[in-house]
Amino acid sequence: MSTALPMEAEVLARREESPGLFTLQLRLTDPAAQAAYAFRPGQFNMLYLYGVGEVPISIVSDPREETLIEHTIRAVGRVTRGLERLAPGDRLGLRGPFGNGWPLGDCEQRDVIVVTGGLGCAPVTGAIHYLMKRRERFGHVNIVQGVKHSADLIWREQYECWARMPDTTVLIAADEAEPLWPWHVGRVTDLFDRLHFDPAQTIVLSCGPEGMMIAVAEQLQAKGIPPERIWLSLERNMQCGIGLCGHCQFGARFVCRDGPVFRWRDVASRLKIRGL
Amino acid sequence: MTAECEGVAEARFLAAADRQRLIDALMDAGHEVHGPVVRDGVIRYEPITTIEELPRGWRDEQQPGRYRLQRQDDERLFAWAAPAHSLKPHVFAPRETLFTARRDTEGRLTFETAEPEAPRIAILGARACDLAGLFLQDKHFLHGPHADAAYRARRRNLFLIAVHCTHPAATCFCAATGDGPVARYGYDLAIGEIDAGWLLTARSEAGVAMLARLPVQEADEEQRQAADAAFTAATRAQTRRLPEGDLPARLAALAESPAWAEVAERCLACGNCTAVCPSCFCHAHVEETDLDGGRSRRLRQWDSCFTAGHSLLHGRPVRADIASRYRQWLTHKLAGWHEQYDRSGCSGCGRCITWCPEGIDLLAEATAVLETAE
Repeated sequence: MSTALPMEAEVLARREESPGLFTLQLRLTDPAAQAAYAFRPGQFNMLYLYGVGEVPISIVSDPREETLIEHTIRAVGRVTRGLERLAPGDRLGLRGPFGNGWPLGDCEQRDVIVVTGGLGCAPVTGAIHYLMKRRERFGHVNIVQGVKHSADLIWREQYECWARMPDTTVLIAADEAEPLWPWHVGRVTDLFDRLHFDPAQTIVLSCGPEGMMIAVAEQLQAKGIPPERIWLSLERNMQCGIGLCGHCQFGARFVCRDGPVFRWRDVASRLKIRGL
Repeated sequence: MTAECEGVAEARFLAAADRQRLIDALMDAGHEVHGPVVRDGVIRYEPITTIEELPRGWRDEQQPGRYRLQRQDDERLFAWAAPAHSLKPHVFAPRETLFTARRDTEGRLTFETAEPEAPRIAILGARACDLAGLFLQDKHFLHGPHADAAYRARRRNLFLIAVHCTHPAATCFCAATGDGPVARYGYDLAIGEIDAGWLLTARSEAGVAMLARLPVQEADEEQRQAADAAFTAATRAQTRRLPEGDLPARLAALAESPAWAEVAERCLACGNCTAVCPSCFCHAHVEETDLDGGRSRRLRQWDSCFTAGHSLLHGRPVRADIASRYRQWLTHKLAGWHEQYDRSGCSGCGRCITWCPEGIDLLAEATAVLETAE
């Protein structure tokens, strides 16, 4: 782990997921640093593009994969548009991992509901890999992903693969859909009657637009899941990654250090107020 | 009887004619001495070598949105309130390099940590409000899970000579926050100024050693009482009060008060308040690249929660309007700090009131917000 000084990383591969959305496969160039690098699903790295700047990006690779680190990135700003142009062999800097990650230990012996929206699926992917590889330790796993338009869905094969796993339900919704879209047209919350879970022993992991997460948390709480077992991954401007620069303050918490994953119980009142 | 003279109960007396000896002793011990001087129409800390550079006979007038200096014909060196800036720039640098990145012709990158500049500085005349500010900065930069190396290097090299306040400004409220006017902690030596000279108290080992190098004598009871009377008067002169009660709970319940929009009509979101605040710690990471492209530096510089860029997320600010930014600042200062660091983020220096171009008074605004609950 490196908090202050970036480590050099090399781009091994670059994959276009959809227009403006790409995945970089990275490896730390110092073999000892790569060997020592370990993260928990839900954590993020600060990626440094030489001469341009740094951005916080969640880690999507499987934590058991020791030889590479994967990031799926949307090109929206100066740094991410520069990262989009990187090719295999190019170098960048990497600090991390930062943040707390998903409470995977608390998922054991419980039904799990993962609800994500848009690129919110990225920070949870590592967690789903973790669940699937230790399938017997968890109850029913429900995976719900929502997108604005059916064309925005990435990792379709991955969802189809998870859908074939035992005791697993995969549900996908698009606000707008092309003809022949096999899944739901509408909101993710429309699909909640099709989830398989026992509210008394269920845990929820959610990541996506705040409005979506609020609706998800409120409706699942109404179905009997206690607010301390509904976990949301929040996003704010983050520059240092270690709770010093102040940009990600959310009430008394630093999202980069105390989060990004929080219990709905602890953030519900603030999350509903605009501009906090 | 002497125990009542808070701040000078065990003080030693240094005659006015011998005050240069303290500066000499500090320089002999290897310190660069920074003291208050009149420059650009304000009193601010600058490197000094003689006692003549201090603001002898100067008084300040501070009001909401106003700061003026006036001269009086006397020997007092510290008869004014909070200087234009706190001790913050001495520990939390306004701009400094975090690391340097180099790129070779093959595109390979190497990274090097910047060595922080941390000269041994002695501050002559630190105010109680600013020592409290330093305590707050320490909580943030030193006592969390990730202590800041550059801050720590500078902090360790500070020798602090407090001066108990005798002339608070109309904007001061350290008596209300409990941080002044008498400095109670966080210093090596403290000065109680009276007409005849200084009453000096050592608090640290380094302070005791420094005191031993000076031609001090027993302070007499009359001197101690003169100092104590001035401190008492400095407390009584302050009329501003913090709103009472459990501010974190009360303010959290009023996040949607219409009073935030009202203050936003006057607030220019200029960030002056955050720049002069002794506790504000926000900083932006920025990139600065050499023209030949071979070297790039990552810097951090002071940032303000009043800018749109501060809360930028996916290209848009989370706090899009001034009302939400003012709310962020004030509720963090008076509420968030309690939860984060077990005390208020305000030490009552009053600078945010003085240096606000609109003269916005955070205490009045907090009160206005709290009154909307009724």
